[in-house]
Amino acid sequence: MLYTFCFLLFMIGLYCAVVKKNMVKIVIGVAIMEYAVNLFLIMLGYRMGGIAPIIEPGDMAAGFVNRAVDPLPQALALTAIVISLATLALMIAVCIRVYGKYGTFDITEIRRLHG
Amino acid sequence: MNVALPVFVALPLITAFVLALFNARQKGVATWIANGATLLGLLLVLVSMNQQGSYQVGRWPIPLGISLVKDGLSTLLLLTISVIAAAAMLYSCRYMEQYTAKTKYLSLFLLMVAGMNGVVLSGDIFNMFVFLEVASIASYALVAFGCEHQELEAAFKYMVLGSVGACFVLLGIGLLYGNTGTLNLAQLSTVIRTTGTNYGLSFALALFVAGFALKGALVPFHAWLPDAHQSAPAPVSAMLSGVLIKSLGVYALARIAFNVYGISLLVGWTLMTLGILSMVVGVFLAVGQWDFKRLLAYHSISQMGYVVMGLGLGALILAQGGSATVASLAIMGGLFHLINHAVFKSLLFLTSGSVEMTTGTRQLKELGGLIQTMPGTRATCTVASAAIAGIPPFSGFWSKLLLVVAAVQAQMIWLAAVTVLVSLVTLISFLKVQRYVFLGDLPERLSQRRENRGTMMWAMAFLAVLCMCMGLIILVPGLREGILEPAVLVLTDGLDSAVVVLNP
Repeated sequence: MLYTFCFLLFMIGLYCAVVKKNMVKIVIGVAIMEYAVNLFLIMLGYRMGGIAPIIEPGDMAAGFVNRAVDPLPQALALTAIVISLATLALMIAVCIRVYGKYGTFDITEIRRLHG
Repeated sequence: MNVALPVFVALPLITAFVLALFNARQKGVATWIANGATLLGLLLVLVSMNQQGSYQVGRWPIPLGISLVKDGLSTLLLLTISVIAAAAMLYSCRYMEQYTAKTKYLSLFLLMVAGMNGVVLSGDIFNMFVFLEVASIASYALVAFGCEHQELEAAFKYMVLGSVGACFVLLGIGLLYGNTGTLNLAQLSTVIRTTGTNYGLSFALALFVAGFALKGALVPFHAWLPDAHQSAPAPVSAMLSGVLIKSLGVYALARIAFNVYGISLLVGWTLMTLGILSMVVGVFLAVGQWDFKRLLAYHSISQMGYVVMGLGLGALILAQGGSATVASLAIMGGLFHLINHAVFKSLLFLTSGSVEMTTGTRQLKELGGLIQTMPGTRATCTVASAAIAGIPPFSGFWSKLLLVVAAVQAQMIWLAAVTVLVSLVTLISFLKVQRYVFLGDLPERLSQRRENRGTMMWAMAFLAVLCMCMGLIILVPGLREGILEPAVLVLTDGLDSAVVVLNP
């Protein structure tokens, strides 16, 4: 159920990135897609009522594996967030430079390249 | 000699960050350091040609830590990346003087090389994604480097499509991890072999195909490529077209499809369809172009179609249980065309940069008669055009011949016919380039311009000599067994190649 919502969020982001005409809205769409993927990664490792995956003395029983949250997807999400931050910063920088050159954010008017 | 695998990533990465500290007045030193780094990288690849194996980062054993794996296919790609990077860097010494902030350019360039080396060496799918993004982000910035109208527009388009592709890949990685519980490529393949595929894994494969095809600009996903390649500075176009779309797109796709999921009919047909579409659509869009670099960019799509078609044909034959010899012939044709294309297309982009630098225009109709003023550029461009069109002694002929022979032996005469037809159209479009750029009347305003000598010419001459000699790789058995056959073996082995990594 939650996965469906997550996928829906991904689709909303994709729709926004593909259909919208404003460059800033396209960037927002890409950001929504990235958040949806990060959310998906976190949900993969999450467990209802789970415990933090830190082993304490005397905790080595089999119960630990069954109760702990999987930490690996969290590490993945952290890395993915850093990458998406770099991409977004670069995208916004290009948006600002484009606005400086063309004086508009509308991609239907920014069409020097075609054919 | 044993070279530690992280060197291939660390050397350009460290140099990139050191170069970022240099200011504009020290750019002479920075250029020397950058060239030293790419040449040293090439040297290291050459001395470790026969070395295969894996390296565990931080000495964590395979399922726990990150591993770097160097097998035949990685070696082939590593060699291609190093050769093209060295040539493009040498060319940049003079060419990039036109732009400001040259040290930033050198730094981004090396960052891109580090990312690509990381992609081909990575034995871990998430690590592959990280390096893919390192190379992509550096290339977005390099496409926008000129900061003029066209560059910014192209960079924005490239960046949005690239990020969408990256999201697809990351979602696929998440699905893969959720279904198998591991991220190591070799372990993934053993898990998938024992459990079989389910809907989640198939959906992940679809996401990978879409994501990597976006990065590799195969035909339904090619919209960004002509703009980006046309607008970037010439050495960057050479790197993008020569190695970036190969290592980020085709290599990653082949690695996932052949060695993680295993060869199946579906994969074979998908690759074949993408390849044939790219071949045909790319070449017909290219013929009508009047911008030199845009024409070359569309040919990149078409020639990458050959590579993917070869790989797909091999997968199809193996999946149908056909002759393994024919399958490896098709895959060898594809991989050989990959390295050939890297050399001749980089050379063509470098010559187009030389023409643009001397004349100030890329429009074919405004050029002409440059044979009188630019003999060196003309000679190298002719060699590269002959190679891409598949004229016999040059490199492109041999790889196309292998593909045609493989298609005929697989009883797909129509495929061989399409291959030859596309090759003919390529020849026509390069005759057009020769006719409009180098032959004809020299316009009055261009008669006083002289071509650049020095490092730019050396870089082009180096690649032109390679174009002429690369047929030897297929003709001399020693070279073939040393360079191509290990790479072909990795792909034809499919899932079995994982065993080598897990039990060295």
